[in-house]
Amino acid sequence: MIHLTSLDLSMAALLIVLLALISLAMELGLAKKIIIAGARTTVQLLLVGLVLRFLFDNVNAGVLILTALFMLFVAGREVVARQKRRFTGIWGLGIGTFSMFLSSFTIAIMALTVIINAEPWYEPRYAIPLLGMLLGNTMSGIAIGLDRLTTAAWEHRAIIEARLMLGQRADDAISRIRRDCIQNGLIPIINVMSVAGIVSLPGMMTGQILSGTPPIEAVKYQILILFLIAGGTGLGTVSAVWLGSRRLFDDRQRLRLDRLRKS
Amino acid sequence: MEGLVIKNLVLRNIEPINLSVEKGIIAGIAGESGIGKSLLLRALADIDPHEGEVFFDGKSVESFPAHEWRRLVGLLPAESPWWFDVVGEHFSDPDQSLFNALGFDMDVLLWSITRLSSGEKQRLAVARLLNGNSPGALLLDEPTANLDSGNTQRVEDLITDYAKKQSTAVIVVSHDTEQLDRLSDQKYFLDRTGLKRF
Repeated sequence: MIHLTSLDLSMAALLIVLLALISLAMELGLAKKIIIAGARTTVQLLLVGLVLRFLFDNVNAGVLILTALFMLFVAGREVVARQKRRFTGIWGLGIGTFSMFLSSFTIAIMALTVIINAEPWYEPRYAIPLLGMLLGNTMSGIAIGLDRLTTAAWEHRAIIEARLMLGQRADDAISRIRRDCIQNGLIPIINVMSVAGIVSLPGMMTGQILSGTPPIEAVKYQILILFLIAGGTGLGTVSAVWLGSRRLFDDRQRLRLDRLRKS
Repeated sequence: MEGLVIKNLVLRNIEPINLSVEKGIIAGIAGESGIGKSLLLRALADIDPHEGEVFFDGKSVESFPAHEWRRLVGLLPAESPWWFDVVGEHFSDPDQSLFNALGFDMDVLLWSITRLSSGEKQRLAVARLLNGNSPGALLLDEPTANLDSGNTQRVEDLITDYAKKQSTAVIVVSHDTEQLDRLSDQKYFLDRTGLKRF
């Protein structure tokens, strides 16, 4: 593996500076944003590197679980932030976070104990990257699914209520919307799997190859990760959209849009 | 008591409402727009949360699963949306006599929703409500607002006929007092002091 020096990275950083200069010359208004984003990337990733080094040096189930819960909480906040209309109260954070917990955590633990057979299962070198990739992708699916659910319920309330008035159950009145939301949450990962290796080389695999892993080993890990991500995204999106669609109705099967508020 | 009975129903800014509509009787409700006539019908169909009691044939709302109550107490909203592409997809077992009574041939079932006028939508909404569930009580919110006089006549005849033959309790909300004169067996006026017969 070829180590990168600070000088190597500085040369790459010149590209960012060049981009900022182009922005200034063309009055794109992006120069400041580009520089700040570049700085954020450097600082954030260096910090994560330090945290990971600490975690890898301290193989401990308790530390790992605390880290995992922190990651879960941050991902939950991000799901809420991406909602145009969020559920009021604990449900806003709760539905997305619980669904991510349900899908990402179970699948990560299954992968660690049954598939990868990491020893011990909480070995951070495997657990943290795996959970990170699972959470990141599940988060997208859940955020898309929930956002579309609440938006569609708001826009189509007349239709939903008309169906209720005709004596349909809440489940039937929302079924088309629910199906549409789950599809939308899952399409990105399906597309990624469809074009993997043809249109794009997945980032994880590229990184492994650059750092010296034999291509076939990297490919096997990438396939594993994609399957885990697809499973996690599917499970998480179905769970979140299902819970959300239940929360949209009360025990008398009334559409309760007062349980949503604009973000 | 048989029919629809409302006890101390509380709507925003209005004194509690009491009303009994026996089977086969049409009750007409007039009142200023915005006073809460539509909200009253929505509460009766249990679409909105409400305080107070509603009974059908002596059994309370709560004793039915919500969707069964709404099949029994059918609400026709002022504007009825259509969600499939074609009219016929909204009907499971279309009854020809019902469509004919509303001035349609059965080929209306093949029509695209996008070509329907607001009047056609309103008449088809009446068909949709009566066709599926054969409700024991009807709540009609401005049922002829978008109709010309000929079609208004058709819908009024159908409502009267349905109420008598099926022995149905009917509540009609309308801003058209002449229509209420034609249709209603009992007439009420809704304002802040509650619901009063006149």
